[in-house]
Amino acid sequence: MEEEAGMFRVHQTIGSVLCCKCGIPMAPNAANMCVKCLRSEVDITEGLQKHVIILHCPECDTYLQPPRTWIKAQLESKELLTFCVKRLKNLSKVKLVHAEFVWTEPHSKRIKVKLRVQKEVLNGAILEQTYIVEYVQQDHMCDSCSRVQANPDQWVAAIQLRQHVSHRRTFFYLEQLILRHDAAARAIKIKQMDQGIDFFFANRSHAVKFLEFLGKVAPIKSRHDKQLVSHDPKSNNYNYKYTFSVEICPICREDLICLPPKVVVSLGNLGPLVLCTKVSNNIILLDPSTLRHCFMDADQYWRVSFKSLLSSRQLVEYIILDVEALSSEVNVGGSKYALADAQVARVSDFGKNDKIFTIKTHLGHLLNPGDYALGYDLYGANSNDIELDKYKGFSLPDVILIRKSYEEKHQRKRGKPRHWKLKSLNMEVDSSTRGRIDEEKMYSEYEEFLKDLEENPEMRFNISLYRNKEYQHSEVASMTDGEDVPSVPLEELLADLELNDEDNDDESMKG
Amino acid sequence: MATRLQFENSCEIGVFSKLTNAYCLVAIGGSENFYSTFESELADVIPVVKTSIGGSRIIGRLCAGNKKGLLVPHTITDQELQHLRNSLPDQVVVQRLDERLSALGNCIACNDHVALTHTDLDKETEEMITDVLGVEVFRQTIAGNLLVGSYCAFSNRGGLVHPHTSIEDLDELSTLLQVPLVAGTVNRGSEVIAAGMIVNDWTAFCGSDTTATELSVIESVFKLREAQPTAIVDEMRKSLIDSYV
Repeated sequence: MEEEAGMFRVHQTIGSVLCCKCGIPMAPNAANMCVKCLRSEVDITEGLQKHVIILHCPECDTYLQPPRTWIKAQLESKELLTFCVKRLKNLSKVKLVHAEFVWTEPHSKRIKVKLRVQKEVLNGAILEQTYIVEYVQQDHMCDSCSRVQANPDQWVAAIQLRQHVSHRRTFFYLEQLILRHDAAARAIKIKQMDQGIDFFFANRSHAVKFLEFLGKVAPIKSRHDKQLVSHDPKSNNYNYKYTFSVEICPICREDLICLPPKVVVSLGNLGPLVLCTKVSNNIILLDPSTLRHCFMDADQYWRVSFKSLLSSRQLVEYIILDVEALSSEVNVGGSKYALADAQVARVSDFGKNDKIFTIKTHLGHLLNPGDYALGYDLYGANSNDIELDKYKGFSLPDVILIRKSYEEKHQRKRGKPRHWKLKSLNMEVDSSTRGRIDEEKMYSEYEEFLKDLEENPEMRFNISLYRNKEYQHSEVASMTDGEDVPSVPLEELLADLELNDEDNDDESMKG
Repeated sequence: MATRLQFENSCEIGVFSKLTNAYCLVAIGGSENFYSTFESELADVIPVVKTSIGGSRIIGRLCAGNKKGLLVPHTITDQELQHLRNSLPDQVVVQRLDERLSALGNCIACNDHVALTHTDLDKETEEMITDVLGVEVFRQTIAGNLLVGSYCAFSNRGGLVHPHTSIEDLDELSTLLQVPLVAGTVNRGSEVIAAGMIVNDWTAFCGSDTTATELSVIESVFKLREAQPTAIVDEMRKSLIDSYV
């Protein structure tokens, strides 16, 4: 062949020859036959499927890909096209160039796909041909839909979550956590029970996943069991119902605990009376007299499983008469404390008699004379605790203060709606135990929980708070005092997912 | 008139036979059908000779010739050479060539006046061709193929070339050969023209797979229809009428 480098190359025009079959003039090709003659000679779609039956579930609009997968696809969508092409056998013999749908009536139960394929024929000529494949759609319920239809309440795995305390604070908090992390998305039913919640799942692995989530947010111990529901002897399929029994440790925040002697020793002589300051998947215990704290994780706790002496239900209000700081402010595990001597009197005694207690408290940085505080009245309490009896010669302090009280300020705000709100899980209330659950008690406990959220920023950390649209910001400011009621700053609120033009209050109310 | 035939169930008859204006060479086949077809067409006009070259039957591709001479490769045996010299008419010179490219039928395509050859042929061979066949030699390619003897077949009246030949090439060849050329196929789209058909000035033979279209193209380009006896008579009548006035 001529080299193109500098040589004059004549422009080549392709001539035309006659098709060897029909005689029409055409450009020469490898077979030297016109396309029509070639098509009449050779059919490259021979041996390919033209007619396929596919199964469709009318409930969930899915198509069966054997042996077991159901693929969700809309009519005339890309997924359906991929699915249809996959269902064709022998398509590897030809090269698929293009595929598209031919419109059919949606209720005709026929899907038509037009395919363009290429194959090499005769002596090297590549022939391209289009053909149509018709899919007949047969209705057949998929396994999950048929199971749901047969028994809509059917569950496969259940988690029974319990905490043996007399209040439901933990469950309110857990509810918000679950909502935030969307952990109960796969639960088919959630039921509120006495002292706990039941979660039902359609799949054991969903239940296990939820269990692991619980293990990360609360100190739990769990056990699992299964019950045989049915057994197919031919295919050796066993269907079970799985139950997970989960117990959350009964120690809550602000509980007063008397530790058993063994635990005291193992924790390095942490005084027998401790306060629980934080519960996540570990428990943090603080000794109020020495300001030492320690961690206990779920395993450690459940090995000794001590109970609390007094819980926050039994808090009594005190008025501070005098405070004298003993040490400077220290930072213990993220929170600030200061040891101080204080003279306090019970609000119920105040003005009536002269009962004054001189105590050591760890809230020295917060308290000033004239403040109100909540604490445990050990002087007046009649504790019937085995562990306490083990300590011979141990003198109990009269009062242990827990937190500052904003009760007066709350009086002013009572009845006014908050500018934030919480979402709640869709829980069924068990009708059989309705008698035992007191509506008013529930309501007041919920109020306490909300107050707790307002006062503790670290509790709000894992919870989503939403802006309350109904809240009208009142101009009558009760904020003229120097000290404000602790409240949730506006920056922490999430806007609910609605497109609204709200003008932002710039005012931030800080506690 | 073009005839369709087969050699032992193969349609590539140009491989097993050679046709010129003065003689016809035929390979030795299993059955006599092949030979008898040629005999019935040509026996009274030109000699039909059965032969082999170097013991092989693909004689159409091994030798090249026209009415003036025949060139055979060095692989031919002495007996075969002698047989050819005896059977062919005296004016046909049979010459043995010592050429590296021994398939002369693939390398040389010729009629009585012009020859096209493979570009790599020796100089001596080219001189021999000029001497023995009495033709003008041109080194050419056809549609990019070097084996000109395989991809074209031409007689003194027309020629058929490889279907992929471009129009410029066609014009160039036509000018060289001084005959009308057409690009076409034979044996149902086969591009190897000379293997599928053999032709001389008044008759042609094609493989049995040749379609009617191809046959009509062959007949028109080689002007075989006019070779009918009736056509000759008509021409004569026209000239007679002319002179009647």
